[in-house]
Amino acid sequence: MLKIENLTVIRDGIPIVRDVSLEIGEREVHVLLGVNGSGKTTLAHAIMGIYPSKGKIVFLGEDITHLPIWERARRGITLAFQEPARFEGLLVKDYLMLSSREKDMGKIKEAVKTVGLPYSILFQEIGDNLSGGERKRIELASVLLMKPRLAILDEPDSGIDILSFKQISNVILRMKEMGCSVLLITHSEDMINIADRATIICSGKVAKTGDREEIKKLFKYSPCPLKR
Amino acid sequence: MDEIIKKEYESLVKYYEASGGNSHALISKEYASMVINGDKVLAKNSTEGIIIETERIENGVYARITVKRGYKAKNPVHLCFGMLPREGKQIIKSEIVAEEDSAVRFIAHCIFPNALRIEHIMDSRIIVERNAKIEYEETHFHGKSGGVKVIPKTVARVKEGGEYNSSFLLKSGRAGYIDIDYEVHLEKNAKSMLITKIYAREDDEIHTNESIILEGAHSSGVIKTRMALRNRAKSFVIGKTVGLGEYSKGHVDCTEIIMDDAQAEASPIVIGKNPKAKVTHEAAIGSVDKKQLITLMTRGLTEEEAIDVIVSGLLK
Repeated sequence: MLKIENLTVIRDGIPIVRDVSLEIGEREVHVLLGVNGSGKTTLAHAIMGIYPSKGKIVFLGEDITHLPIWERARRGITLAFQEPARFEGLLVKDYLMLSSREKDMGKIKEAVKTVGLPYSILFQEIGDNLSGGERKRIELASVLLMKPRLAILDEPDSGIDILSFKQISNVILRMKEMGCSVLLITHSEDMINIADRATIICSGKVAKTGDREEIKKLFKYSPCPLKR
Repeated sequence: MDEIIKKEYESLVKYYEASGGNSHALISKEYASMVINGDKVLAKNSTEGIIIETERIENGVYARITVKRGYKAKNPVHLCFGMLPREGKQIIKSEIVAEEDSAVRFIAHCIFPNALRIEHIMDSRIIVERNAKIEYEETHFHGKSGGVKVIPKTVARVKEGGEYNSSFLLKSGRAGYIDIDYEVHLEKNAKSMLITKIYAREDDEIHTNESIILEGAHSSGVIKTRMALRNRAKSFVIGKTVGLGEYSKGHVDCTEIIMDDAQAEASPIVIGKNPKAKVTHEAAIGSVDKKQLITLMTRGLTEEEAIDVIVSGLLK
């Protein structure tokens, strides 16, 4: 589904992602692991088209390397930020409607319920009145409604209480059931357990890609194996 | 209604509806209302608790609106001020008095659909008596040419326990030249919120000078300005709050988005003249928030579509 070949991202003259090649299959939950500053988020943003990159990104057989963000989104890729934006004057329901083009209020309510939010939140603004955790869940609801082919989720579990962990995992598994692949950035071991495969990113490079258990063990033993 | 007035009325009401006005309210006897085109009062209706008196003055109309003591209006008062010709000058002098313990909401539309060179001067005196409340919502529609000069001036006095809230909205069409000058004096326990939301384009020029003087103890006021400017539009925003009364609280809050070659200047002024008063401010001018923009683009909106969503949210 997604094939990244020799991707390099340079920011302010410094290579943050270096020559990364990675493949994600259909309905695959793929976890990106790495210490802070290893380049995970930059790689995710480059796949979405937020940062320009050298190399090649092929999505569903099409070279999308030079497409702008919104065209990638219309082809089925989306991204949920680690720190979601605030929108003054925009109600949650309107945000969900326009970001997913879903007009059916029943489906919107269902998505809100799936991510563990009350219906009443639909009539609130996406501003400082909502907590970071609530805004993260709204992002997940918006991704669910958008029905993408590839969802890039940047630490959806950070800042979320332990009870909600299971709920977030279930949302990701629900996306998989819906036919969506997920590229998941996380530090949480529980979250890794829902992955099919995983990759360790270290100093902007792919240190190792493999099955979940293998990568989990390696990461525990050596979070940045290329630095040894 | 003679034939000419009827035609003018129908034309103005057509634009009134297009700009979001409720034309039913202009004909219903349940609603106090007034429709003015240039210097002519085309229609007006007083109700049991709201008296509207008018007289013609040079280039305009003088209007006095009284909300009777203790009367809580369940329907809003609808006002429509307009000029259908392309050129001309309109002066509206008004006095609005909300007597003790009354409450009223005004919905005003100012419409200049064909304007090439129109000047609209509004000079209002507002008195909110003890424990009374006025909400004044003013929506403008200035057409596409930008040939409108709008100069609204309001001085309001809010007596003990009273409340005066006003909003000035211009979201579609050209703004032209706007020069707002509002001054609100608050007595003990009185409250006020002044909101201005304007979308300026091309070479529109917006000046706002809004002050809330917190004279009485425990009075509170907020001046909130939201603007979006594109092309070569310019804005000059002054929001001032003066804390005189004990435990009075004032806040000035201005956010402006500038795009293209637009320019914005914001000066929040907070003056404390009583150590127990608290006056604060915040102001931000910048381009469209990158994170908001990218978030919407990751959902498939083009950059222009995303900007429209962000700007309409800001001006909502």
